[in-house]
Amino acid sequence: MRRLDLNLFVLLLGAAILWVAPAGFGNYGLYVLSLWLVTAVAAMGLNLTLGYAGQVSLAQAAFLGLGAYATALMTAKLGLPWWLAFCASGLLCFAIGIGLGVPALRVQHHYLAFVTLAFATVVYLVARNEQWLTGGVYGLANIPRPAVLGDKLNGNLPFYRFVLAVALGLALVQWWILRSPWGRAFQALRENPLRAASLGVDVRLYTLLAFALGAAYGGFAGALYAPLVEFIDPAPFALSQSLMLLLMVIAGGAGYFLSPFLGALVGVALPEWLRFTGGAYLLFFAGAVMVLLVVSPQGLMGLADRAVQLVRERRRRPEPAAAPQPSEVR
Amino acid sequence: MSPVLAVENLTRRFGGLTAVDDVSLAVRPGEILGVIGPNGSGKSTLFNCILGQLKPSSGRVRLDGEDVTGLAPTALNRRGVSRTFQLLQVFPNLTVRENLILAGQEHRGSLLSRLAGPRDAGLSSEAERMTAFFRLSHLADAKAGRLSYGQQKLLDAAMAFMAGPRLVLLDEPAGGVNPTMLGTLRDRLKALNAEAGATFVVIEHNMDFVMALCTRLVVLAEGRVIAEGEPASVRADKAVIDAYLGH
Amino acid sequence: MTEFLQLVLAGLATGAIYALAAIGFTLVWQTSQTINFAQGEFVMLPAILVLALVRFAGWPLPAAIAAAALLFVVIFGFGFKRIVVDPMIRHGVLPLAIATMALAILMREGAKDGFSAEAQAFPSLVPTGAVTLFGASLSLRDLSILAVACLAVLALHLFLGHTRTGRMMQATAQNPDVARILGVPVERMILLTFAINAALAVVASLLVSPIYLAKFSNGETIGLAAFIAAIVGGFNQVRGALVGGLLVGLVDNLSAAYVSASYRTAVPLALLVMVILLKPEGLLGRREERAV
Repeated sequence: MRRLDLNLFVLLLGAAILWVAPAGFGNYGLYVLSLWLVTAVAAMGLNLTLGYAGQVSLAQAAFLGLGAYATALMTAKLGLPWWLAFCASGLLCFAIGIGLGVPALRVQHHYLAFVTLAFATVVYLVARNEQWLTGGVYGLANIPRPAVLGDKLNGNLPFYRFVLAVALGLALVQWWILRSPWGRAFQALRENPLRAASLGVDVRLYTLLAFALGAAYGGFAGALYAPLVEFIDPAPFALSQSLMLLLMVIAGGAGYFLSPFLGALVGVALPEWLRFTGGAYLLFFAGAVMVLLVVSPQGLMGLADRAVQLVRERRRRPEPAAAPQPSEVR
Repeated sequence: MSPVLAVENLTRRFGGLTAVDDVSLAVRPGEILGVIGPNGSGKSTLFNCILGQLKPSSGRVRLDGEDVTGLAPTALNRRGVSRTFQLLQVFPNLTVRENLILAGQEHRGSLLSRLAGPRDAGLSSEAERMTAFFRLSHLADAKAGRLSYGQQKLLDAAMAFMAGPRLVLLDEPAGGVNPTMLGTLRDRLKALNAEAGATFVVIEHNMDFVMALCTRLVVLAEGRVIAEGEPASVRADKAVIDAYLGH
Repeated sequence: MTEFLQLVLAGLATGAIYALAAIGFTLVWQTSQTINFAQGEFVMLPAILVLALVRFAGWPLPAAIAAAALLFVVIFGFGFKRIVVDPMIRHGVLPLAIATMALAILMREGAKDGFSAEAQAFPSLVPTGAVTLFGASLSLRDLSILAVACLAVLALHLFLGHTRTGRMMQATAQNPDVARILGVPVERMILLTFAINAALAVVASLLVSPIYLAKFSNGETIGLAAFIAAIVGGFNQVRGALVGGLLVGLVDNLSAAYVSASYRTAVPLALLVMVILLKPEGLLGRREERAV
């Protein structure tokens, strides 16, 4: 838990740097940074589901899509203010999360993974087929940027800062949740559900809450994504994108508060770095994640954690057994 | 006085094997009841049936007269039944204090207050008192995983008391604990019984520990109750000696 | 009526292919707690391997099929177990499941970048044309697929129930610890399950690819159908996976014709949701007791 306080410090410091640093960035740089933050918000939600409740959700991109479509429809078609669409997106996904989670969590064996897999497929089908609502494969265009104090954020820098502020807000909310008794219950059910249940922790209820909150973060991310790209079609919300988000969280380190930012960085920046491979970056990414999983199931944060521990142990015992053990003297 | 816990004609079969065979027992308020018996005599199965981990094939379990047969562990805990497990079960990555707060937090306030309210769910002073009582104050901020085995066993027992339970079931609390720590544990449990009137059921192999702790014993063999009474009289019982020495 | 019969037959044929994938999925889960999210890709890849051998090595089709089958069983049967499952299972069921997801992407992208992003025609290995049965003209191909798949399942059934190795495998699936005590070479049995899974995937691949063409993205649909089949039938039952597969294929084909072609994939999902709501242990599954 003390680690959480350190995390808060890193979070605030990072936000301050990110606020000031990209003043001279071009439009593309700002776009990539904004996309990174939006992806991190979606990954933050998935981290709650996967890292804290130990449940696989294969629908995070679908929740992102729901949020994006809801926001696009409410702002572009109905002319409602963005913040209303933002709240509605989160609430919608939370409610759907409860609706999916209640039946799935009654049974054993990671059934939630299969239910979310099914749900992701349905969302994609609806987005593609229901042209009257979603524009089908032609998508929805002209999604307006939100306005702050009456000023529409048309510039890319102000909009980037807006995304940063919202992402920071959502990160702070999650920080609060994780340090509340809920966070303690999440940690308990991840470590030892049987013992947690015997202490009165309603394992099913808390798992459901973690999943639904994770879904809501997907919706919030979608509400940021729609005005960022200003045009949405079904492709970014397909099942394969949900898989990508999952691998990002794993790569960052499931169950670490800051890992979504790291994982999303890998997920968003990697395609840029691996441009020289043509379209094969997915191949590299999947391969790298598999290797990482074998080496450190706790991802990059887990690796860092282990390195810190190692250094500490060394410092505690500066001279590790200078004299040879008797058995080694031959 | 009416019993806190009453087990009535409880039977549990696994296929053709009857692990618990028509067992009835009553736990009176304020007593420390020991359940003993040779390996495979059905103690653990009985415990698991009482605690909702297994469904009994027949028979009833009553808590203060209310039928709680087959109630899930969480629900049972909310009704004031606490337990420890045979194998050590603390949360190694939480501190001692947080283990204790976790053990009490679900009994305090509403779900929402646990989100919006204070981080310690108002349990800090209670946790403080409990660490002091179990002689763990100096370790309150240490990760539970860093404690010695015996200290973890103390913490495990302390967690069972955080919610002010009406009944505590201890599954082999003495297993693997060194003699000094064992003394502390026995002494603390006795004190809880004497000072707070806590009621216990204890499964245990360590006979010295059982004889020194319990006020009454029930002896199981092959799933049946073969003897019941004061520790001294049970120790002298012919059927018990036969069961232990085997035939 | 004829049309309905044709649809039912086509549904059963597709379903039999799904069943092959679902049975392998269930077997691997039972013996080694591996939830293989790459199961669909396992069915996608063998056909691509065959085509690659024909195109790049210039081999005749029968030789390519034999070599691809052997290669696939070695790499995705034994290799999968040794390289992916063994190191990951130490970390738990969840990391292993996620590793199989990464493997799925790896296989899919590998097929796309290494072979082709386009759907490729795959020669039918069973007779095509039609026969007239009970006054209805029925597809010979569907009948043959059904027959081949049923033969494969029957062979597996006989193997599991009537050979010493098969019974040892069943013992391993039911309770590895007890099996080990009884002297069953559990490790070898588990390895064998993975080989059987890969072999079933090869058969399914050769049967399905002439219908749906061989394409890198086929695994998504087939995998989803196999998962649904396994859950609908009962996660812990080979028989269940068979019934589930046939049912999913049937529902799939009938809904494509009578409900809506664009929501064809969604109807089996409705079946899944209904089963999870009403009979979560699956149609043929046993309810599992809360364990200590």
